Amino acid sequence: MAQEELQLHEGLEATCWELLQQVTDPEIPVISMVEMGMIHKVRIEADIVHVEVLPTFVGCPALEIMKKNITEKLVEAEGINQVQVAFVYDPAWTSDRIALDARDKLKSFGIAPPPLDFKPGDTWEVACPYCDSPYTQIENLFGPAACRSILYCRHCKNPFEALKPIY
Amino acid sequence: MGDRLHVETVEAANQNPSFAKALTDLLFQLADDDFILAYRGSEWLGLAPHIEEDVAFSSMSQDMMGHAVMFYEMLEQLGVGKADDLAQLREAKVFSNAILVERKNGDGDYNDHPHYDWAYAIVRSYVYGLYKQVRLEALTQSSYAPLALVSRKMMTEHRYHLMHWQVWLKQLANSTADARQRLEAAIAEVWKDAGELPHLGPNQSDIVQFGLIAEEEQLKQKWLTLTKDIFEEAGLDWPGEPGVPQERGRHGEHTADLVQALATLSEVYRIDPAAGW
Repeated sequence: MAQEELQLHEGLEATCWELLQQVTDPEIPVISMVEMGMIHKVRIEADIVHVEVLPTFVGCPALEIMKKNITEKLVEAEGINQVQVAFVYDPAWTSDRIALDARDKLKSFGIAPPPLDFKPGDTWEVACPYCDSPYTQIENLFGPAACRSILYCRHCKNPFEALKPIY
Repeated sequence: MGDRLHVETVEAANQNPSFAKALTDLLFQLADDDFILAYRGSEWLGLAPHIEEDVAFSSMSQDMMGHAVMFYEMLEQLGVGKADDLAQLREAKVFSNAILVERKNGDGDYNDHPHYDWAYAIVRSYVYGLYKQVRLEALTQSSYAPLALVSRKMMTEHRYHLMHWQVWLKQLANSTADARQRLEAAIAEVWKDAGELPHLGPNQSDIVQFGLIAEEEQLKQKWLTLTKDIFEEAGLDWPGEPGVPQERGRHGEHTADLVQALATLSEVYRIDPAAGW
């Protein structure tokens, strides 16, 4: 590929990443799919952009919506005619992929972020996203979305949700 | 094992017809098991002991249904047919799920006096879940790379299902005499069918030869060891060697319960397969 063409390609790829930053998780509108660590690869081939997405949960009902949102956003880019979204499992998505600064955004939305570097056998201790108290209890491992659990803070008496550690 | 088979893509799998056949047979077992049990789980909606359990059981059934979809989609990629059709339009006699997962939830039916057995739901889900754990672990070593990858992913979700059922088992095992007695009756009932879980069906020797999954005996022993530890921890008596049902589900022999399940779950799809959802 000629030097000029290569630069154009890289520029377009960067534009795509910027646009993807605006595509939020349909179930957690405060953070983007990029911040969730779900966008694995963006590859441009002529006027087609291929996006590889790592699902958080295999049976997540929001996957089709994500696909649609990504497609609609990326066709806005000049020079892109077609968007191909593929869900891939290599590497597997883990909760460690969530960006560090996105963890605070999750808290502000009332969702406790998953612990970092969680290993099999570790105890899942969750601090309240509202008052930071460790005095919380799991009410239900399963919540309104596959990736979330329901908890209760015995300190500030708020119910809240937490993202499950996936490792 | 230096020349272990490693098949990276659908195209490569289809180049070897006997490999593709063995892979297809195994995928149907995996898909049908999860699909039918997820359906039975969904039949508890609104009937579970409390609202948190309704949320939890629905969520686990949704995960499991998602796993089934993945397996059916892998079959679709192999050119076997459209995933939705494979799930909803096949006849009972070509399903290869184990009999354990197709059994009804209890007396009555969902719309009419569902006298479902909660103890049976716990024990069936947990015993199946423990086998599924062993099976997924074995599949992470599968010669078919796409299958190994999704299995690794499913394990991250499946561990929460095991945690959930463990809580129920332990608490009921150490609760009232009534709870204990119901739990023991449910174990006896589940145990009549459980021995079929590790069966790999008529094509088992090819499935194993091609390195798609470990052999039946190995899967069985790992699963029994795991289950034994859990029963012991909960203070439950070990029920001994698991039985196998008269019908051989992996060979396409099924009970009337599967016919009922398929008729109900596919009713809408059969009315209009072209409808958008």
